[in-house]
Amino acid sequence: MLLGASAAIVGCFSFLRKRALVGDAIAHSILPGVCLAFMVSGSKNPLYLIIGAFITGWLSLLLIDGITRTTKLKSDTAIGIILSVFFGVGILLLTSIQHSGNASQAGLDKFLFGKAASLTKDDVYVFGTIAAILILVVILFYKEFKLISFNPDYAKVIGLPVRFLEFMLATITVLAVAVGIQAVGVVLMAALLITPASGARFWTDKLGVMILIATFFGAISGFLGSYISYVAPAMPTGPWIVMCLSLLTVGSIWFAPKTGMLARFRVQQDNQRKILIENVLKLFYHLGEKDGGFKKQRSIKVLLATRDLRMKELKRGLLLLKKENWLRKKGDHWVITESGLNEAKRVIKLHRLWEMYLNQRLKLEPDHVHNDAEAIEHIITPELERQLEKELNYPTKDPHQSTIPYVE
Amino acid sequence: MEAFWIILVGSLIAVSCALLGSYLILRKMAMVGDAISHAVLPGIVIAYLLSGSRETLPMLVGAAALGVLTTVLIELFHKKSNLQMDASIGITFTWLFAIGIILISLFAGQVDLDQDCVLYGEIAYVPLDLWITESGYNMGPRTVWIASGLLLLLLLFIWRGYKGLFITTFNEEFAKALGIGVAFWHYALMGAVSLTTVISFESVGAILVVALLIVPPATAYLITTDLKKMLLLSSIFGILSAIGGYYLASLINGSIAGAIASVAGFLFLCVWVLELLRKKRVISI
Repeated sequence: MLLGASAAIVGCFSFLRKRALVGDAIAHSILPGVCLAFMVSGSKNPLYLIIGAFITGWLSLLLIDGITRTTKLKSDTAIGIILSVFFGVGILLLTSIQHSGNASQAGLDKFLFGKAASLTKDDVYVFGTIAAILILVVILFYKEFKLISFNPDYAKVIGLPVRFLEFMLATITVLAVAVGIQAVGVVLMAALLITPASGARFWTDKLGVMILIATFFGAISGFLGSYISYVAPAMPTGPWIVMCLSLLTVGSIWFAPKTGMLARFRVQQDNQRKILIENVLKLFYHLGEKDGGFKKQRSIKVLLATRDLRMKELKRGLLLLKKENWLRKKGDHWVITESGLNEAKRVIKLHRLWEMYLNQRLKLEPDHVHNDAEAIEHIITPELERQLEKELNYPTKDPHQSTIPYVE
Repeated sequence: MEAFWIILVGSLIAVSCALLGSYLILRKMAMVGDAISHAVLPGIVIAYLLSGSRETLPMLVGAAALGVLTTVLIELFHKKSNLQMDASIGITFTWLFAIGIILISLFAGQVDLDQDCVLYGEIAYVPLDLWITESGYNMGPRTVWIASGLLLLLLLFIWRGYKGLFITTFNEEFAKALGIGVAFWHYALMGAVSLTTVISFESVGAILVVALLIVPPATAYLITTDLKKMLLLSSIFGILSAIGGYYLASLINGSIAGAIASVAGFLFLCVWVLELLRKKRVISI
């Protein structure tokens, strides 16, 4: 749980700095460090291993930076090179150690897939301390980190030690990865960094809240993953943690209010419905304008002939309008109600006001203004409406010499 | 003889990867290759469970399907919900990979695939899996045939589709204006990457595929800007890595796949440093 949480916090920053995949590279690069540390020290003391991991993790960051700065390769290519090569070296060393017949090597390969459920007490102390340090550092430097994540140039101008802070941030990222790798393994470590942060991003625009949510996601998944692998011992911990995380995040992507996919879809639907309704209302108004009888009964056939609408759309619009009590059905014919007529007038007025505005202020020819007005009439707010009226001094005719209707 | 077969398979796969990787890098999709190589894992497992055998064909289909699904998911998260590209790649492949490992553990008894093998392969076993015809004639290792087939297929693909790939890679807008199916080439390339990945899987593992996809073309890209030269050079670097890797591995008794990746990285380092030195000299003159 602690691991999940600390990784999630750090992950927020790398996510916001658009360096999500760097975490993946660090995770892979740590393997040779672990192997080297083992070869040098000959023991599996987690402290040594983490120091080794830390060194190669840092080296990988420096190299990625160096490659992107001095060559024309893009950063994603640089990340790809570093992670695959470092990992290759790691595998080479690992297999070499395994074949060397050293008895104490057993378990080194746990670094590949993680073993959160089978951590020893010593491990827990070491990792717990490191996770606590990470959280502490983030709390202490919260403001500074926030600034360099969003606006590094400004941070430089006001005299913050940007390079030092970036160094700090990179350091805690490497540390978080080195610790987290114990739980979920090399390949899935990236998920611990990226996934909670991405999921949390959909719920809020505030960094503080985002970190809290991401931490919550990380902690809950850590708990669930460990629990599952505890209950069913054949189940690996890491993948289940990632599984829980991914489900949470994908769920957020779909269902988060405002920014989620469903919410966007709903807004889109609402807008489309509004446009349809207003267009059908306008239809009645135009017909009424032509023959002087706004409240005459209209058949579907006539309606279809006047405007380019599909039968299905028109019927849907008519039914929706009936629900709003803006239209009434009489046999096969439809009649507009008083409130419906007022609504129609409002839309028509907006349309014609906008045409007027384009014609007068932007000096567009009258035959160029219709399409633009057709789109904007649905989105003009009451405030804008009042401003337009004032700006144009309550005109009565639009550029095509049609009357602009005002509702008393 | 054993060494010969291993190096041959390594080289064949290295060339296939180098060719595809060149396009991936130029399309700024290097990490997508990485993502696909991880994400095909559940496809392989599912195909294995459904077909009940380790036949190549169902695995290919499963992996290719997952490969394309990966790109679709990445695009979906990226475009439809404004998630930044790197994050959407990261989420997608770790998720799919986790599903793959969970599936393997779920059916551990029935699945004859183990995690290590998937991750770093065992090219050393290549000579053991011989293809012996019914008449008892020894045709050499099976993998050699599969890898050669793959390479031929890719060469055909690049040769026939050179123009389409070229235009959609360098000038997508122009290609669209010409009415060339940008999406078609995109998914064709992704399908090819998945295919290569799964064929390479058994022999060299997921990590090496990434190393071979990205590193040799990146090395070539440092030297040249001509696409044809880049394809050629990256193939050469790939072969060199395969040969060097084999001898390095036998020297320190380690994994050949890891050694090939290490040598590829070493080559990149050399070229990078040489280029840096050359640039410095040019400036000082």
